[in-house]
Amino acid sequence: MDIEVLSSMWPEDIEHEAGKQFNVEKPRGDQDMLEEVTIVEEPTIVDFQHLIELTNYTDKGSSQLAYLVKHWEYKQANAVRLLREELDNLSRQRQESELKKLEILEEHRFEEERYGGDKRSISILDGIYDILQEVPRRKSNIVVPSKRVEIDAEYDTVIYWKQRAMHLEKMLETSMQREQLLKEKLQESIKNLEKQSSPVEELSQILKRADNFLHFVLQTAPVVFGHQDKELRYRFIFNHFPSLQEEDILGKTDVEIFTGSGVKESQDFKKEVIDKGLPAKREITFETELFGSKTFLIYVEPVFSKAGETIGINYMGMDITDQVRKREKMIKLREEIAVQMAKETEFNRTIHITEETMRAKQMLATMSHEIRSPLSGVVSMAEILTTTKLDREQRQLLNVMLSSGDLVLQLINDILDLSKVESGVMKLESTKFRPREVVKHVLQTAAASLQKILTLEGNVADDVPIEVIGDVLRIRQILTNLISNAIKFTHEGKVGVKLYVVPEPPFAKEGSQPVSDGSTCNKSTVNVSKEETCTSMPQTSSDQRGYHGKKYEGSCQNHSQSEPGTLVKNGTKDVSEEQAELPETTMWIRCDVYDTGIGIPENALPTLFKKYMQVSANHARKYGGTGLGLAICKQLVELMGGRLTVSSRVHCGSTFTFILPYKVSLSCDNSDDPDDLSDMDDHGATNDDASADFFQFQQRTLGSLFSSNGSSRTQRLLPHNIGYCYANSHKFNGFSETKEMDFVEDSCSVAEAVEISSEPENSFRHSSDPHNESAICRDNHHWNDENAEARASTRDVSSCSETSRDVDTKMKIRGPQLPPKRQEKSDNCSQSTLNSSQEVSNSISKPKILLVEDNKINVMVTQNMMKQLGHTIDVVNNGIEAVRAVQCRSYDLILMDVCMPVMDGLQATRLIRSFEETGNWDAAVKAGIEQPLPSDSLQPDCTRPKRTTIIALTANASSESADDCFANGMDSFESKPVTFQKLKVCLEQYLP
Amino acid sequence: MERNPMRRQLQVMRKSLFDQGYLDEQFVQLEELQDDANPNFVEEVVTLYFRDSARLILNIEQALERKPFDFNKLDGYMHQFKGSSSSIGAKRVKAESTLFREYCKSGNGEGCMRTFQQLKKEYATLRKKLEAYFQVARQAGPMETACRPK
Repeated sequence: MDIEVLSSMWPEDIEHEAGKQFNVEKPRGDQDMLEEVTIVEEPTIVDFQHLIELTNYTDKGSSQLAYLVKHWEYKQANAVRLLREELDNLSRQRQESELKKLEILEEHRFEEERYGGDKRSISILDGIYDILQEVPRRKSNIVVPSKRVEIDAEYDTVIYWKQRAMHLEKMLETSMQREQLLKEKLQESIKNLEKQSSPVEELSQILKRADNFLHFVLQTAPVVFGHQDKELRYRFIFNHFPSLQEEDILGKTDVEIFTGSGVKESQDFKKEVIDKGLPAKREITFETELFGSKTFLIYVEPVFSKAGETIGINYMGMDITDQVRKREKMIKLREEIAVQMAKETEFNRTIHITEETMRAKQMLATMSHEIRSPLSGVVSMAEILTTTKLDREQRQLLNVMLSSGDLVLQLINDILDLSKVESGVMKLESTKFRPREVVKHVLQTAAASLQKILTLEGNVADDVPIEVIGDVLRIRQILTNLISNAIKFTHEGKVGVKLYVVPEPPFAKEGSQPVSDGSTCNKSTVNVSKEETCTSMPQTSSDQRGYHGKKYEGSCQNHSQSEPGTLVKNGTKDVSEEQAELPETTMWIRCDVYDTGIGIPENALPTLFKKYMQVSANHARKYGGTGLGLAICKQLVELMGGRLTVSSRVHCGSTFTFILPYKVSLSCDNSDDPDDLSDMDDHGATNDDASADFFQFQQRTLGSLFSSNGSSRTQRLLPHNIGYCYANSHKFNGFSETKEMDFVEDSCSVAEAVEISSEPENSFRHSSDPHNESAICRDNHHWNDENAEARASTRDVSSCSETSRDVDTKMKIRGPQLPPKRQEKSDNCSQSTLNSSQEVSNSISKPKILLVEDNKINVMVTQNMMKQLGHTIDVVNNGIEAVRAVQCRSYDLILMDVCMPVMDGLQATRLIRSFEETGNWDAAVKAGIEQPLPSDSLQPDCTRPKRTTIIALTANASSESADDCFANGMDSFESKPVTFQKLKVCLEQYLP
Repeated sequence: MERNPMRRQLQVMRKSLFDQGYLDEQFVQLEELQDDANPNFVEEVVTLYFRDSARLILNIEQALERKPFDFNKLDGYMHQFKGSSSSIGAKRVKAESTLFREYCKSGNGEGCMRTFQQLKKEYATLRKKLEAYFQVARQAGPMETACRPK
C-alpha cells in the first residue's frame, strides 16, 4: 500500500485546491529529500497527553483526527472491497466447479437412473437437450479456461463414458487445487493487509514527516510558537533557541517564567485575546534578563472547544528587534530630515526677512533723509515767513504749519537715528568733554523752554572728573531726551540730574542686566545733599558769560559733527593724539534723571523702551510724542556699552538711570591748570563751568516781560503744555542742521537773558531785542489762546518754534558757586568776555581759519599741513555749512573749495560777502539758510562786519576759472592740490 | 646707501614709483607732513584715499552702466576722484581722470569708457604697488617711512 494516497497532517483548510499556501513535495518511494537533512529534535517540547486532550476537545484537533480516521477507513474499505471482489471471484469459481462436479455427478446418476428412474425425464428424442447450457457462463476474466473435453471414444459407448468421467475427475481435481491456491492467496493477502495498514503506525509516520518538515522550515527561524491553556500556562512551545528547560516552561505562565518590561503586557494581551475571542497581532518590546531587549511581533489566536468555549490560545512570536530598530532609525532619520527641512525653510525665511528688514531699514533711512532735506527747507522758510508782516489768520496758519513741520522733523530724526543705530551705521566719536558743562547746558536749555513751575537741578559728584572722553553729542542727546521726558510727565516738584562715579558694573563683565534698586538711589540722594551743603556759593555772572562763549563754540561743533564721518574735527584729532600719549583709564559714571512726576505703572515698564510704545494710548493722546525717544536712548546707551534702566512709582516719580563707561585721560584731572588748555579758545571762561557741582534752575512763571499776558498763558499751558515742551525739547537733540540752528539760537537767547539779569546797566540793546520779540510772541500766544480750544489737539500739542526763542527764560541761578582758588581767574574772564572785542583780540593772537572742503583726503592733507604751520583750523563740508560757520563766528581766513555739493564755494562766498556788506543775512535767508537771530549778540560792532579773506581752492577746471572766483568776491585762488609752499605763501600774505 | 637692507629696498621701491610716473611731488608733500606725532600719516592718507575712492569708482561704474550717460554726474564724480588723486600725488591716475573729464565735457561716451578702463587699471596697479610699499615700510620700522630721501 502506498502512502502517497494519504495527505499530511496539515490542517484541512490548507489543502484547498485554490491558493495552496503550503506546498509539500510528495515523496515518491525513497525519494525523500528530508533524508539528508539533519533535524535536531530537542526543541520541541510536547505535552503529549495534552495534545491528545486537545485533539479530543478542540474542533480543529478533532476534525483533524476525524479526517485521518476517515481517510484510514476509506483505505480500509478499499482494501476490503478489493478483497471481497477477490473473494467473490474465488467463490464463484468454486461454485462453478461445484456445479460442474454436480453436473458430472448428475450425468453419472442419469446414467444410473436410466435404469432406476431419473429425476428428469429426458426423452430420447430430445437429443438436442443439453444440461451444460444451464451452467452459468464464465466471466471472461476467469482464469479457468473452459475446455471441451475431448474424447476419442465413440459417443455413447461405455468407453466413451468412462473416458468422460475420468476427464471430469481430472478437471475437478485441478479446480480443487486452484481453490486451495486461491484460499492460500487470500489468507496471505489478509495477513499482508493486517500487517501493512496499522493506523497508528501510519499516523505516526505522517506525523513524523510533518514534524520533519516543520523542523526543516523552522530550524533557524526566529520564531517561537506555542499553545497556552486558559490560565495561560504553556502546554506546548517551540523555540529554536531555548534558554529554559522543559520543566521550566510547561505548566507555567509568562509572568512566572520571566520578568521584565513587556512580560506583563504580553500576558495582558493574551488575556485580552481570550476575553474577546478574536485573534490579534501586536508588537511588544521585552526587556528581560533572559534574552535582553528584544521586540516580538506576537500573533495570538484563541482556541475553542467544541462547545465554543475558549480553552486556550495559540501564539506565535517573531523576533523583529532588528526590523524595529531599523524602522525606528528610519523614523528618526525621517524626523531629522523633516526637522532639517523645517529648519532650512525657517532659515531661508529668516534670511529673507532679514534681508527684507535690512532693505526696509535702508529704505527708511534713505527716505527719512530724503524727506528731511526738503522738509527742513519748508520749515525754515515758514520760520522766515513768520518774521514778515502777516495778518492774524495767516500767522495762525503759519504757526500750525511750523509746529507740524517740527513734529515731522522730529519724527524723521528719531527714525533716522534708530535705523542708524540698528543697521550699525551709527558711529560714535570720542571727544573730550566736561560732564558738568553738559549737565548744565542741558538743564539750561530745558529751563529755557520750561512752561511750568518746576525746579530743575543738577548734581555732579566730586569724584566725577573735570573732563572725560566720550561721544558728547550722543550723551547730550540721551540726557536731553530723558530730561524733556521727565519734564513732560511732571506737573509739579522737580526734575534733576545726578552724576556720580560707580565701580565697574557687573554687566560690563558678565553682560547681565542690572536692576536699579532703591538702595543705590538712596545713597545717591545722600551724596547729593552733602554736596548741596558744601557747595552753595553764588555764582558770578562771569560764569554765565563764559558759558555763553563756550556754548557758542560748542554749538558750532555740534553743527559740524552732526554728519558723522564726513569731516575731521581738529578737536577730535587733538584728543586722539593725547590718547596716544597719555595713559588713560575707563571710568563708569552713573547718571540718574529723576522727577516727581506721574510715574510709570509697573506693567508698562517692560515695553517702555520698545519702539513706538508708550505707557498707554491715553498718555500718547495727552502727552504727545512718538514713543521713539526712550528706544533711541536705550539703543544709544547700549551702543556705548552702557545700560539704561528705570525705576518708578506711580504718582511719586520716576528715575531713569544710565551707566556709561568713559575714558579718562589722567592729565585731564588738572585741566584747571590754564597752560593745559592753552590751545582752547575759550578755556578761561569754561573753567568755572567745568568744576561747578550743583546747578538749579527755576522757571519764572510771571516774568516781568510777560506780565501782561502771563495769567492767560499759564492757564493755557498747564493743561496743554506738554506738546509744547516736547516740540521745544527736541530742538536740543542736535540731529539736523536746522535743529542745530535752533539750538544755537536757543542757547544764545538763554545766555542773553542771563546777561540781562546780571548786568542791567549794559543791556540796553539786548533787552530791547527781547521786547520786540516778545511782542511778536505775545501775539502768537494770544492767537493760540483764542483758538486753542477750537482747534484739534495736534494744534494744542504744537506751538510755534518762534515762541521757543523768547520764552521768558530768565532763570534764577540759585546755587552758582566758584571755588575760591579760581576766583581771580574768573574775574579776568569776566572782564575779557564783557564784549566780543575779545574775539577780535583773540584772532590777532591766533588767526581763525576755516576750511570749506568736501573731499576727505583733501581735508586731511590740508589740516595736517596747517597744523605743521602752527594753525588749527575748523572744517566744514559745503557752502551752507560754511555760511553757518561764519554766522556763528568770524574768521580771519577761509579756504573755500569751489566745487562742492549742496552749495558751491562761489555762492557761499557771495552770501558771506553780502552779509559783510549789508550786515544782515538776508541773502542767505533767501538761499534757504536760516538766520540765527541771537547771533547778533556776538557781533556787537553791528556797524559793519569786517571783511574775511576768502581764498578759492580750484582744481583748474574751466568751471572754476579765476575770473569766476574774483567775480564772486574771492580774494585769491590757489590751484589744488595744496602744497606747503602755497599755504605758507597764502598765510603770510593774508594773515597779519 | 642705507645700511639697513629693508630701508634700501624701500628706497628702491619709492624711487621706482616716482621714476615710473606713478607718483609726483604731491606725495613728497605728504611725506613731509609725517613726523613723530604722525608717524604713519602717509599711509593713513593713502588708506583713506583708497577707501574713499573705491566708492567713487563704484559710483562711476554704475553711472556708466546707465545709458545715455549723464555726463554731468560723471564729471562730478570724476572731479571728486581727481581731487583726491591729486592730493596724494597719484600722477597717472590723475592724468587718466583729467582725460576722462575732458571726454565728459566733449560728450564722448566711448572715450569715457575707454579712459575709465585705463584708469581702473592704473588705480589697481598703484594700489598694489603702494600696498607693497607700505608693507615693507612697516617692516622697516616706523621711523624709516618718515625719512626723506636727500
